[in-house]
Amino acid sequence: MKNFRRDLNIFLRTVRGRSYPRLIGMQREKSWIFFDTFLPLLATTAYVFIYRALNAPPEFTGFVVLGGAMTAYWLNVLWSMATQLYWEKETGNLSLYLIAPTSRMAILLGMALGGMAATTLRAVTVLLLGSLLFDVTFSVENWGALLLVFVLTLVALYGLGMIFASLFLLWGREAWHLAQLFQEPVFLISGFYFPVRNLGFWVSIGASIIPITFGLDAMRQLLYPQAQWGFLDVNIEIAVLALLSVLFLVLAHRMLLWMETLARREGRLTVRGQ
Amino acid sequence: MSTESIKMNNWHESARSFRVATWLGWQIESNWTEPFLFMIYAIARPVASALILVFMYMVIAQGGMGHPLFAYIYLGNAFYIYVASVMIGISWTVTDDREHYGILKYIYAAPIQVYFYLLGRGVAKTLTATVAVVITLAFGMLVLRIPYDFLAMNHALFWATFFLGLGALALMGILLAGVALITARHSGFIGEAVAGALYLFCGAVFPLDVLPQPLQYIGLSLPLTYWLEGLRRAVLRESISPLLAPISNEIILVILLGATLVLGLASLGFYRWCEHRAKEKGLIDMQTMY
Repeated sequence: MKNFRRDLNIFLRTVRGRSYPRLIGMQREKSWIFFDTFLPLLATTAYVFIYRALNAPPEFTGFVVLGGAMTAYWLNVLWSMATQLYWEKETGNLSLYLIAPTSRMAILLGMALGGMAATTLRAVTVLLLGSLLFDVTFSVENWGALLLVFVLTLVALYGLGMIFASLFLLWGREAWHLAQLFQEPVFLISGFYFPVRNLGFWVSIGASIIPITFGLDAMRQLLYPQAQWGFLDVNIEIAVLALLSVLFLVLAHRMLLWMETLARREGRLTVRGQ
Repeated sequence: MSTESIKMNNWHESARSFRVATWLGWQIESNWTEPFLFMIYAIARPVASALILVFMYMVIAQGGMGHPLFAYIYLGNAFYIYVASVMIGISWTVTDDREHYGILKYIYAAPIQVYFYLLGRGVAKTLTATVAVVITLAFGMLVLRIPYDFLAMNHALFWATFFLGLGALALMGILLAGVALITARHSGFIGEAVAGALYLFCGAVFPLDVLPQPLQYIGLSLPLTYWLEGLRRAVLRESISPLLAPISNEIILVILLGATLVLGLASLGFYRWCEHRAKEKGLIDMQTMY
């Protein structure tokens, strides 16, 4: 019992300690908040004007603004979760993490929670500014379901980020390139800027491995109940997201242990400048 | 040593810096993986970007790939690959060499003209981008049946516009590289922000006429607007933007030539100033743990 309490205490302190720089770092470098908000907003604005050039119905502006806000989470997962252990290796912190008497999962969880909180501020700003600039209105009938979808999407998404972080632990320079590779192709297959069902049934089902796919689709259905652009029923999408949340967290734990062992064996934990 | 031979030496040094940097850039770009994976990497992002537009168009237009607006959007997006690659690529070189590889100080200590070294690194980015542009255009023609006829296009306008614009992009990259040299922790954002703003304001994926009027003025003041318009006119043989249609092809070329010359002079002066400042403040080997 005493050991459990001590372990839990260390776990929670690690989570807090690792999420702290995510939140405080944002305050220290305020210009980053501007860039992190401004960049997704630029792309979002460009996509809004494409729909305007095509004389699209007004709800498509809302689709794009919501998709633009959610890009902040995907970019955060890619660049601040997946590649994080690679950065830590490059800057020499990884070995310190490994000799610290704490759980690696706690470190990843801290990164995820800190990143989630910091990114939510950016996503909300993009959503608000986008809505104000382009006169977007949402008609939410079920706030509870919307909140549930949003939370489940984030849990599953950051779980996926933890899995990626373990994978990227093994990689050198290719980690950087592969993170870039996961940007636009994921924006495409997850339907960030158009309803995902237009990709066809099987592609959309395949894309649902990335939690944002169903998350965005369900949120759009809940924000625009009259639009009829949904892929699957919202309840099914919620169930899949719940399943992915559990699956990804369990997998992340296993992967982290396995990759760490592999990286130790192959001597890749301290290799820098690859 | 006579003034003449010093000039000759500088010229040789610049040419060698350019050549070696091109080779080095290509190695860095391509040797991190197998050629097959490299090709996928070079192709996947731009093709995915193009497909996002394709699906956005298809959702609304329900087909109609032969419509001039679609050809206009697709072509602009394909050539915009150069903007992101060349301009951001050159400016990112400073951060990459300084902070990731830690070699910028050695480059400055070597008999190298850094201005030409950066341009050489840009050539490698241009080569990678060219592969992506060609594949994106081929995909458009073969899969999406967009009626581009590159044999019947206005070749004189196309090539003159293409090379002038590419030069302007490289010089804009040098300007951003100068900013990166004297900036901590923001160098990545700066390139992305400029490229993002240009994507919006120069009508890369929609006619400039769709923008509110004040933003149209910003678009009209950017050389890339004329670059994309020139390329589109050369390939599509018409302009579908009422705002740009009254401007003749010759005027477009003159604007591009003027902009490239101004950017050339500005980049030379500005980069030298940034270099001087970076040396004064000890920023050449700065580590910001970006």
